[in-house]
Amino acid sequence: MKNMRRKVYMTAGYNTISMGTGRKEFNPKKERPGLEYYIKEAGQGVLKQAGGADKVDESVIGNFMSARFNKQAHLGGFAGAIDPQLEFKPSLGVEGACGSGGLSLITGIRSILAETADTVLSIGVEVQNTVKAIYGADILAGAGYYDKRKHGHAYFFPGQFSDRAGVYYEKYGHEYARKGMCRWFVNAIENARLDPTAQEYHNTIPDLEGLYHKMTPNGKAFVDHLNVLDCSKVSDGASGIVVTSEEGLQRMDIDKKDAVEVVGWAQLTRNIVNEPPNPVELTTIKTAAKRAMEMAGVTIDQIGTVETHDCFSIAGILAVEALGLAAPGKGAEYVAEGNTSRNGKMPMNTTGGLIGWGHPTGATGVHQAVTLWQQLTGKAGDAQINIPADRPYGLSINMGGDDVTVVAIVYKRG
Amino acid sequence: MNYDQRLQHVSVLGAAGKMGSGILLLTAVEMADLSLKPENKGKTFVLNAIDLSNEALSGLFGYLHTQVTKMAEKKAVMLRQLYADRDDLIENYDIINQYVNDVLALVRPTTALEVAYKSSLIFEAVSENKDLKVKLFRQIDQHNENKSWYFTNTSSVPIHILEDEAGLKSRILGFHFYNPPAVQRLVELIVTDTTDNEVKQFALNYAKALRKVVVPSNDFAGFIGNGHFMRDALYGIKQAEELAGERPFVEAVYMVNKVSQEFLVRPMGIFQLIDYVGIDVVQFIMNVMNPFLKDEELHSSLLDKMMKLGVKGGQLSSGAQKDGFLKYDRGAVIGVYDPDKQAYVDVDSFAAQCDEVLGALPASYQPWKAAVRIKDTDGHFAPYFAEMKGMDSLGAKLAINYGKNSNDIGRKLVSDQVAHNENDVNTVMLTGFFHAYGPINNYFA
Ligand SMILES: NC(=O)c1ccc[n+]([C@@H]2O[C@H](COP(=O)([O-])OP(=O)(O)OC[C@H]3O[C@@H](n4cnc5c(N)ncnc54)[C@H](O)[C@@H]3O)[C@@H](O)[C@H]2O)c1
Repeated sequence: MKNMRRKVYMTAGYNTISMGTGRKEFNPKKERPGLEYYIKEAGQGVLKQAGGADKVDESVIGNFMSARFNKQAHLGGFAGAIDPQLEFKPSLGVEGACGSGGLSLITGIRSILAETADTVLSIGVEVQNTVKAIYGADILAGAGYYDKRKHGHAYFFPGQFSDRAGVYYEKYGHEYARKGMCRWFVNAIENARLDPTAQEYHNTIPDLEGLYHKMTPNGKAFVDHLNVLDCSKVSDGASGIVVTSEEGLQRMDIDKKDAVEVVGWAQLTRNIVNEPPNPVELTTIKTAAKRAMEMAGVTIDQIGTVETHDCFSIAGILAVEALGLAAPGKGAEYVAEGNTSRNGKMPMNTTGGLIGWGHPTGATGVHQAVTLWQQLTGKAGDAQINIPADRPYGLSINMGGDDVTVVAIVYKRG
Repeated sequence: MNYDQRLQHVSVLGAAGKMGSGILLLTAVEMADLSLKPENKGKTFVLNAIDLSNEALSGLFGYLHTQVTKMAEKKAVMLRQLYADRDDLIENYDIINQYVNDVLALVRPTTALEVAYKSSLIFEAVSENKDLKVKLFRQIDQHNENKSWYFTNTSSVPIHILEDEAGLKSRILGFHFYNPPAVQRLVELIVTDTTDNEVKQFALNYAKALRKVVVPSNDFAGFIGNGHFMRDALYGIKQAEELAGERPFVEAVYMVNKVSQEFLVRPMGIFQLIDYVGIDVVQFIMNVMNPFLKDEELHSSLLDKMMKLGVKGGQLSSGAQKDGFLKYDRGAVIGVYDPDKQAYVDVDSFAAQCDEVLGALPASYQPWKAAVRIKDTDGHFAPYFAEMKGMDSLGAKLAINYGKNSNDIGRKLVSDQVAHNENDVNTVMLTGFFHAYGPINNYFA
């Protein structure tokens, strides 16, 4: 699709806390709220701003692996638990690994464009702290090709991206790369400290850089080329937002300035059975971002802020290159020089991203949309950045698996 | 017989006890790792878990299962390599389960001592009773054709006595784990004059495989750890008894406990440590050590009195602390036992007043938790105790005397040739007792 046949907006975003290690309230030994709680909190948080469930035509719930983390599948059935008025209306669950949240948004966008709905409640959710990390790694490995699991790493996905990092080190220099990755981590934590729902909100460690460099990757205990600070968090959380049309905004009595317009999008997959074509390129992200920007008719210079899928710091660096912000091999430098920090040329992941805010896998895509909605409408609180008037766009990149499913969306101030 | 062969047929005596179960766990894991090496494919490894108590043995697998699972989860990266050729094991979950099964499959719980007749290595951790240990050793050795080696966990009986009385010349040594063996990194290694070097070398290799810190101790009753702890405890009791001349007994106990914990920056006060080990165990170890000591009486009538009143401390099988000198609520001290009233007195009713009498801590005080992490130990503790020496409070005085005494005990362990050197004494107290600084130092001179 080249052009949008109808205007699509997003509004009324809501994030639960991203719960897990790092949060003071988190105690792995105590019982915690489960899937249903998070779906309800996010859903009701949205509905309150949207003026009630009667304004909503349908619901979509994005989730990756509740069938294993929580022994619960069939999440579409929870719409009625959010509000009785959502019962007996369309509702479905969508899955695309860590890109599930993005698919939830895309599903909403498609419904609006198909004119089968004017307001879609889009939710993403994951509750992962139900198992220890070593078993969580098994579950998350489902985002890869199962035939490769046997010879993959105990920590499968960290293993995949550690391999990518290893090649990057070899090609462009180890110290050079680690410098950029360290800065990526520091930015993530510093941004998270400004958002009360972020998992690293309580982080007070004074010397983040020192801490990062002290933790030399150790392949015997974890993976060869990454330390745990290079990784996103294990999180419980949900996010929600309304995807809507102009009619929908009127119905909810929401002003356009409190909404963002979706001006371009792309959702692509790469063949999961194959290895990525190039270990130091996120090819699917590159392609999806390009198409989304083409649809929007904008170039990367017009984008004011980006939310990208930094499941690992190296994925952040490679995304910088895939988006064309830096040439191949120059991403680490671009980040190390502060260009992606909140006051830099291109502020990225301004509420902490997956490393700082948290990564409730199936929720992440929706969380990115909520952050961009907040930033573009001036609702980001302490985390608010300045969006230049000549760059009123935001871009989100949500990835499932090792660059397999990608959702790229371009937003414009409403 | 090489290392792997030696560990192919092993027995643990007292396997259901506090120490025995831990030794069993570590040995089972080590044996399983050997059995999974390609060159050992097809060989059978057997670990007998021998104990008198069927009841206790029945709980053993539950304990092993939980502990081995935890250990396997931590080394999943390595386990995936170990099982790389098993196509049926794909997820971490599958691999960890298989490993746990493989470890547990080696273990044969039994009450029959006879199974040890085939072993080539025996770990002994039965109750601390010399005659019992000798009897078991003799019986096994008479029927054992392998010239088995014996590693005893005794805390207080000199090894050469066991060697002589059981007729185990050159084949026995003290392999003294700390409680709990799975967690504590320290092992005191005690050889006799005749222990074969091959036996000692094996013990060192085994300790290394278990990633233990080995401190050699000479063969004197109590070795280094208890040699220090028992005397330190007696000193604490003496200080409390002296204080009790002027004030209620419960206050005296509270004050000495506080001085030995906070002023001296240790993980526990001395009375809490006695409770932790068990008043019965402390009394017992003193009784075992005492006959071997010249010019020294290792005995406390206060401990006898507490035992008569049935106040014993020690731990529940859940690991929770039982009340002894002190009363505990979820680990916190809330009362002190008054032997006259035969009841606990609430700490709240007198603590503030006692704290006042003891006086403040030096300004440079860092609690134990923070102090153990300080790398420059001397840089912190030398000025800390110097500051304390300049203070005129009762707390400071008691602490300085206490530290001096602990220092003397440490040095005496070296001059009595229990320890080879000062460093070994300090390593035992730092590693086995989690002290933040070694007892042998220049802080109290
Ligand atoms: N508990 C400690 O802190 C500690 C520390 C280091 C060393 N030790 C030493 O370890 C040894 C065991 O101490 P523990 O604390 O584990 O005691 P424990 O009472 O917990 O265990 C002793 C076990 O030996 C068993 N047992 C008794 N007689 C037996 C027999 N004839 N045959 C087979 N089993 C028999 C008992 O049933 C019991 O399970 C002692 O020598 C002790 O001095 C103890």
